[in-house]
Amino acid sequence: MLGFEYVRASDVGETVATVSADPAAAYLAGGTTQLDLMLKDGVVDPQRLVDITRLPLRGITRRDDTLQVGALTTMEEFAADPTVAERLPLLREALLAGASPQLRNMATIGGNLLQRTRCRYFRDWTVAACNKRAPGSGCAAVAGPARMHAILGANENCIALHASDLCVALVALDAVVHIRGVDGARSVPLTEFYVLPGDRPDVENVLEHGELITQVDVPLLAIGARSGYLKVRDRASYEFAVSSAAAALLIEDGTVVEARLALGGVGTIPWRAREAEAILNGAPANDQTFRAAAEAALRDPFTIPGTAFKVELAKRTIVRILQTVSGAQS
Amino acid sequence: MAISDRTGRSTDVAVMLRVNGNARRLRLDSRVTLLDALREHLGLTGTKKGCDQGACGACTVLVDGKRVLSCLTLAAQCEGREVTTIEGLARDGELHPLQEAFIRHDGFQCGYCTPGQIMSAVALLDEGRAGSDEEIREFMSGNLCRCGAYPNIVAAIREVAAEGGSNARV
Repeated sequence: MLGFEYVRASDVGETVATVSADPAAAYLAGGTTQLDLMLKDGVVDPQRLVDITRLPLRGITRRDDTLQVGALTTMEEFAADPTVAERLPLLREALLAGASPQLRNMATIGGNLLQRTRCRYFRDWTVAACNKRAPGSGCAAVAGPARMHAILGANENCIALHASDLCVALVALDAVVHIRGVDGARSVPLTEFYVLPGDRPDVENVLEHGELITQVDVPLLAIGARSGYLKVRDRASYEFAVSSAAAALLIEDGTVVEARLALGGVGTIPWRAREAEAILNGAPANDQTFRAAAEAALRDPFTIPGTAFKVELAKRTIVRILQTVSGAQS
Repeated sequence: MAISDRTGRSTDVAVMLRVNGNARRLRLDSRVTLLDALREHLGLTGTKKGCDQGACGACTVLVDGKRVLSCLTLAAQCEGREVTTIEGLARDGELHPLQEAFIRHDGFQCGYCTPGQIMSAVALLDEGRAGSDEEIREFMSGNLCRCGAYPNIVAAIREVAAEGGSNARV
């Protein structure tokens, strides 16, 4: 790649102004996505790289029933938080299922939200057809060998997967993203933060160029709720999900009072399974309900030959995590 | 000083790293990773370049006591930080207990992943995650060994953990 100017940021407002005013500037946080794409794959090429890792956006504060997580908190720091361990097992399990300890010491929460897809066609600049990298050029993955790709929210323009584990738990929890821009601050629910590929797979979220994620708010689960994260993958550890699910259930007298369910490894965005939640809420907590919920979640997949197996796998992932969380099967 | 043709701005950066206790001042191209700074600019070739893309763990070093991948870290990001490499583990000619244990248990064949394995294991003990073989395997999963020396690596770590770890040595 060509050279770039390295800048070390010291003030949030100043930094947002600098990057917003320069279309060729980009942020650098943990680096586990950005440097990979810049230095190794050569598919992004900013002329000015602004290192934000020393901005005062790190640490976790509990305010009533919400955790306020600074965007530069690392995945390992987040996983080690005592409130996360006690009240948000699905979040802790999702964090520790991601990457490796080395990468989790580097990767930040803001960066995890913005991680780019692992689609090999996107990450290989010699592949001409990629609507995400070169809008309007087509999608080589849809027509070619593809396995680690999305079946929900996908279409013929793009089947690139959002590979985060953490974000699956965060959308299930209704996390809120705080954003700083040149015109001030705003906040967006994580479930409204991502944009489906549609006919513009290059647009992945609601951020304007130069806007910076400063904090993520995570509401705690209701007292008595049980939760967990199940990740199905090709090796036992240090691998991306083929299918995953984050679930939280509040059960009273054998009936589901409140259900939260989100899916990973299958969506172009971290996938909140609201149709499945609608089946679960008010229904008896048993296998029949769980299977019906799984059917509802996967009612309308977009598959190619290489990803067709994921439909049934995702259903079984849902049933298994609901069994585990409900205590029907451990 | 190198000036970018396309931006007219400098692409050099001045960096001070504390490597194994010694302050090292460097002037580097902004693209230089911590891994390349150690190997190519400081002559510390103990840290290995395997995949160079964050997938194998061979380049694992400690920055301010935390294990990270030096191939996905810019040297410039480490300004003023304490970097510990495999060369920094031995003291007064005596190997670190984990280095001794890796030899005793034959925790390697070709040896290429070994510095990364040992640095990762040093951090593992410090994190208190060597409580069982299962825990060791899970939290060492970021370090691949293509020779398949895993059982002996786990045995070496288990032994040092049972002796009370190596925290005092880093």
